[in-house]
Amino acid sequence: MPQYEKILLKNMEQPGYTGSLADYEKSGGYQAFRKVLKDMQPDQVIEEVKKSSLRGRGGAGFPTGVKWGFIPKDHPGPKYLCCNADESEPGTFKDRQLMERDPHQMLEGMAITCFAIGAETAYVYIRGEFRLGAKILNKAVEEANAAGYLGKNVLGTDRTINIYIHAGAGAYICGEETALLESLEGKRGQPRFKPPFPATHGLYQKPTVVNNVETMANIPHIINRGGEWFAGIGSPPKSCGTRIFCLSGHVKRPGNYEVPMGITFREFIYDIGGGMSSDKPIKAFIPGGASAPFLTPEHLDVKMDFESVAMAGSMLGSGGVTVMEEGTSMVWAALRLMEFFYHESCGKCTPCREGSSWLTQILQRIWTKQGRQGDLDLLTELCKNIAGRTICAFGEAEVGPIQSTLHHFRHEYEDLIREADAMRPKSKEIPVFNH
Amino acid sequence: MLLAKFKDEVEEILSRYPVKRSALLPLLNLAQREEGFVSEPAMRDIAKVLELTPPQVFETVTFYTMFNLKPIGKFHLQVCKSLMCALVRSDDVVTWISKKLNITPGHTTPDNNFTLSVVECLGSCGTGPMMQVNDDYYEQLTEEKVARVLEDLARDGVCSLKSGPYMYPIPLSQS
Ligand SMILES: Cc1cc2nc3c(=O)[nH]c(=O)nc-3n(C[C@H](O)[C@H](O)[C@H](O)COP(=O)(O)O)c2cc1C
Ligand code: SF4
Ligand code: FES
Repeated sequence: MPQYEKILLKNMEQPGYTGSLADYEKSGGYQAFRKVLKDMQPDQVIEEVKKSSLRGRGGAGFPTGVKWGFIPKDHPGPKYLCCNADESEPGTFKDRQLMERDPHQMLEGMAITCFAIGAETAYVYIRGEFRLGAKILNKAVEEANAAGYLGKNVLGTDRTINIYIHAGAGAYICGEETALLESLEGKRGQPRFKPPFPATHGLYQKPTVVNNVETMANIPHIINRGGEWFAGIGSPPKSCGTRIFCLSGHVKRPGNYEVPMGITFREFIYDIGGGMSSDKPIKAFIPGGASAPFLTPEHLDVKMDFESVAMAGSMLGSGGVTVMEEGTSMVWAALRLMEFFYHESCGKCTPCREGSSWLTQILQRIWTKQGRQGDLDLLTELCKNIAGRTICAFGEAEVGPIQSTLHHFRHEYEDLIREADAMRPKSKEIPVFNH
Repeated sequence: MLLAKFKDEVEEILSRYPVKRSALLPLLNLAQREEGFVSEPAMRDIAKVLELTPPQVFETVTFYTMFNLKPIGKFHLQVCKSLMCALVRSDDVVTWISKKLNITPGHTTPDNNFTLSVVECLGSCGTGPMMQVNDDYYEQLTEEKVARVLEDLARDGVCSLKSGPYMYPIPLSQS
């Protein structure tokens, strides 16, 4: 297995490392925060992060320093930081490891971010199911408070930085940043219209930054070793640094691997993940979580960076790579994902709410061999009428699996419909939709 | 009053937010933890504390899948059925449990011990098939492992097979 220098997973992979404050300090923890408080101005911190070209690890890949720069400097009232730990994208499980194994790393990143944008209060919005993660984070916050890294007058300065852990209650859509804010305000987690953006009208309509856990975990390292160092790793100029990719599906060694961006999927799946778990060859893979369109073996030599994956017709998204072996039905796979999206649609806008139900029903009848001629045109038409016509990016996400499997594996759909035709009883039975 | 019992905890939760309504999910979580589900009296109680109307609480509760509006079994078995787990045969896990407990998804055993649910991704797709039982995750399930978890829980109320803190793959230096 090729070895790459690890940044985020380095501490936790040391034997005996527990993630306690003492362990974290021993490995150089909170030095970056000290440096920031002692020697830097907020603007300098933002500049450093801009220089690093760090892009958000939550899915959209927006440049982090630029996002921070949007926070109005002269705003009189409070500003907020929200760390997005909702991690519910099927195929993604990296934030969980970062929180459970090295909680102070992300807390230090959050403290530095609070300093940079002038926030006194930060929330970690963690998905409700991660009870263990919330417990570990709460304990870490307590430790940091007691040691003076957080709370009133951090490290003897006149700054206040409070971090609170806020658990959700089971809703994928609360990972969308404005839905997250709504949920944090104690409401149904339904996305808001944008603009205005959270940078000016976020939590309680105050300027707010929302950043992913992995994004936050990178910050201390950028401060310690400099933006230029970070910008030199991976696939510069646009995809810098390492990423924790989550490998799942039919592979020998699934799990989280931190590698520099820009290695190929082939290296990742075969050299690092050990290749396929059985002797069947690879049929398709998802490069960036459930929302990312499927790719096929001919894309194995695509580089794992934002641009290359986009050029191949998909997206790097949340970094969840799922591998499927020969013999996996692509109609079934698309249906499984569609059922997920149908279940998770927040229901605020019509194309997504109604469309997800239609798409699920059509896929279900195709898969159960009750499909009809014309169903594929109907699917195509529906997808076109959802993507780009919704309040949040969930609309694009939900049609990705269908459009891409229709594109690469249309014959599988056609075969099932042909079988249905052959089996169809003469009576005009209406298929029953049961979910 | 349910919340009177947790006065300090409620105070502490309220102190985290500049706007009271933000404490809604944490308080609902607290109520569910205590009673096993979110009861109507609990919702009224919470509405009063947060100066909301009961419908405001109710409309929020119904959005989130983790809140149970009806009592459920002592152990809530939630098996992930999303694609990544399904690829590694999570549907079999549902069958194993159904067979062993003689219930189908959505139902509770007659002794009120187990409720079986089939849910969407729980964030452990690389260690599937998996299930969550109350607060704990059980990963890389096999038929034997599922049987042991169910037996241990029924007998002792705990099971040592639960996983976490999460680290996978285990680094070579530690395995
Ligand atoms: C439907 C949907 C779900 C999302 N889920 C998550 C999530 O679980 N975790 C996350 O960090 N970002 C998620 N995002 C992305 C966030 O909206 C946001 O872009 C991100 O948290 C910003 O942080 P970053 O700049 O550090 O990536 C989701 C977006 C959409 C549209
Ligand atoms: S696209 Fe779907 S999830 Fe997003 S706001 Fe509309 S209904 Fe809700
Ligand atoms: S798909 Fe089962 S935990 Fe993610």
